[in-house]
Amino acid sequence: MDWLNIGSLALGELFSPFTATFILCALGLSVHFGYTGLLNFGQAAFAAVGAYGMAISVLTFGLPLGLGVLIGLLASAVFAVILGIPTLRLRADYLAIVTIAASEVFRYFMTTIGFAKVTGGSNGLSQFGEDFWAANPFAEGTYGFGPFMYRADELWIRLVAFSIIALGAVFVWLLMRSPWGRVLKGIREDEDAVRSLGKNVFAYKLQALIIGGALAALGGMVFVVNLSNVQPQSWGTTFTFMIWTVLLLGGAATILGPIVGGMVFFVLLSVTQGIMSGLVEIGALPFLTLPQVGQIRFLLIGLALMLLVIFRPQGIFGNKKELQFNG
Amino acid sequence: MANEISIGAAAPGCKKVDPILVADNVMRQFGGLTAVNVEHVEIPRGQITALIGPNGAGKTTFFNLLTGFDKPNTGSWTFEGKNLAGVASYKVARLGMIRTFQLTKALSLLTVLENMRLGAQNQPGENFLRALIRPLWSKHEAAITVKADDLLKRFKLDAKREDYAAGLSGGQRKLLEMARALMSEPKLVMLDEPMAGVNPALTQSLLDHIKDLKKNGTTVLFVEHDMHMVRHISDWVIVMAEGKVVAEGPPAQVMKDPAVIDAYLGAHADTDLGTVAINVPGKAGN
Ligand SMILES: Nc1ncnc2c1ncn2[C@@H]1O[C@H](COP(=O)(O)OP(=O)(O)O)[C@@H](O)[C@H]1O
Ligand SMILES: [Mg+2]
Repeated sequence: MDWLNIGSLALGELFSPFTATFILCALGLSVHFGYTGLLNFGQAAFAAVGAYGMAISVLTFGLPLGLGVLIGLLASAVFAVILGIPTLRLRADYLAIVTIAASEVFRYFMTTIGFAKVTGGSNGLSQFGEDFWAANPFAEGTYGFGPFMYRADELWIRLVAFSIIALGAVFVWLLMRSPWGRVLKGIREDEDAVRSLGKNVFAYKLQALIIGGALAALGGMVFVVNLSNVQPQSWGTTFTFMIWTVLLLGGAATILGPIVGGMVFFVLLSVTQGIMSGLVEIGALPFLTLPQVGQIRFLLIGLALMLLVIFRPQGIFGNKKELQFNG
Repeated sequence: MANEISIGAAAPGCKKVDPILVADNVMRQFGGLTAVNVEHVEIPRGQITALIGPNGAGKTTFFNLLTGFDKPNTGSWTFEGKNLAGVASYKVARLGMIRTFQLTKALSLLTVLENMRLGAQNQPGENFLRALIRPLWSKHEAAITVKADDLLKRFKLDAKREDYAAGLSGGQRKLLEMARALMSEPKLVMLDEPMAGVNPALTQSLLDHIKDLKKNGTTVLFVEHDMHMVRHISDWVIVMAEGKVVAEGPPAQVMKDPAVIDAYLGAHADTDLGTVAINVPGKAGN
């Protein structure tokens, strides 16, 4: 087995745009679940709405990418309001059901042929990110060292993606140390108590849903700009559950949790893929074929999620006292 | 019997000289059960009023209705002349009518101090945009903290300031909830069984706090089973049974009222109410 290659591939995941996507989505989910107690099982849809909002603005309306980003963010906010208004006054589980359903509805909606002129249907959309690549300030060539060697465009997207993460993390940190954040944490604990103290709980929950959704929208944009296309099948429930795993791995009510959780998650995923593929190749796992290895990884994700919730609900960084699954 | 609080003799639903809260025809049914059916009741301003009655009488439900946590089938009520029927609970609180819960609602995974700060109103930092810029709210936060520390000291919780509320005893949580309710300097505080579970060593100081509230002009309405407490601090007593107001008046008078003795004690009607701390076991309300 080529350990050097496995290690280098795994380290390459640390700063990949894919990792960045999940970090941003998990940061948004930490605002939803970790700080406010909102059970959002449709985070993939927030990312998708942002990505499609941006791509459609550019392709259908011929707007510059920068404006497309703003429209994508706005679209995710509208999505949050549509989901939030009927559900946020009800018990927490209603939001969970509605978000998971809305997420699937949105995905199928984007797949249908009827709107394919705008949405691209099941083929998706491409060539909306030209403005981004044109803005690349780095000259052609390779940069970096060891496992962190990047071409100019690879460096550019990593730099932008992780700058967005840094700004997003500071933004969430500023909010959560403030009295506004205190109200959210109060709502997480007992919303009736917070209501009895004169706070408009519904408005706070809606704001939290919008902010966390906007972070996911940014993640979705990073995802599709990097791939140079947006396709409906990317945003399935697996996407959402990977975000949950990243969040719970790092710690739900923390700022660093989603960041480190995302990095650890994708490094581990890459390592297991490398080792298992290696074992299959040398015939040590006769019951598996190479394509199955990719599938098995998702089984392992599910298992990891279960073990996490059972044995370390507070994640790597979380304070056990501050976050438990107590509904 | 004449008194300074009611206009004319004390009787169920009697008018008050200076009412702060007036309720009319408030009815709440759960399925076939009429939990609350109050024709008319007035809460006197600046006084300590006890709301008593056996378990299941509808006291907690009445609190929930008045504060917007539950909706009545019929009825209207006013607070300082403002109509409150249909007003959202958080708006009721902002008007200066703050309640506590029978089943304590301390925010377990916030510290005691953060619980207290949350009780303050008009903190500009609770606005999303201002929250981002600390100088816009830090001065206010400091003022809130001074007030919180002062209250915590009075409620003997200052040593627990930095602890998570989850680590407090049941009685301490009751105290915290009451202290937190006072952060906003309400005009009317409504306490649902404030003494339940509180360490007897603290009861006396809790009674003193409630009397202090009255001195500062706050109106107090509290639900309590402990007749000693009722007799000791209340200026006025309202008795509920099966959803209705069955008696009201000054404590000494109410305790002698046969209707009250009947509602409370049934078979033990010959026992003097003043000598037993009534805490009817059985189903706890909510
Ligand atoms: N949410 C509810 N659903 C059904 N019945 C209720 C509900 N809340 C209270 N009740 C019933 O209403 C009656 C009054 O209860 P409650 O107001 O808690 O009484 P108290 O506080 O005086 O002990 C009781 O019979 C209780 O079982
Ligand atoms: Mg009760």
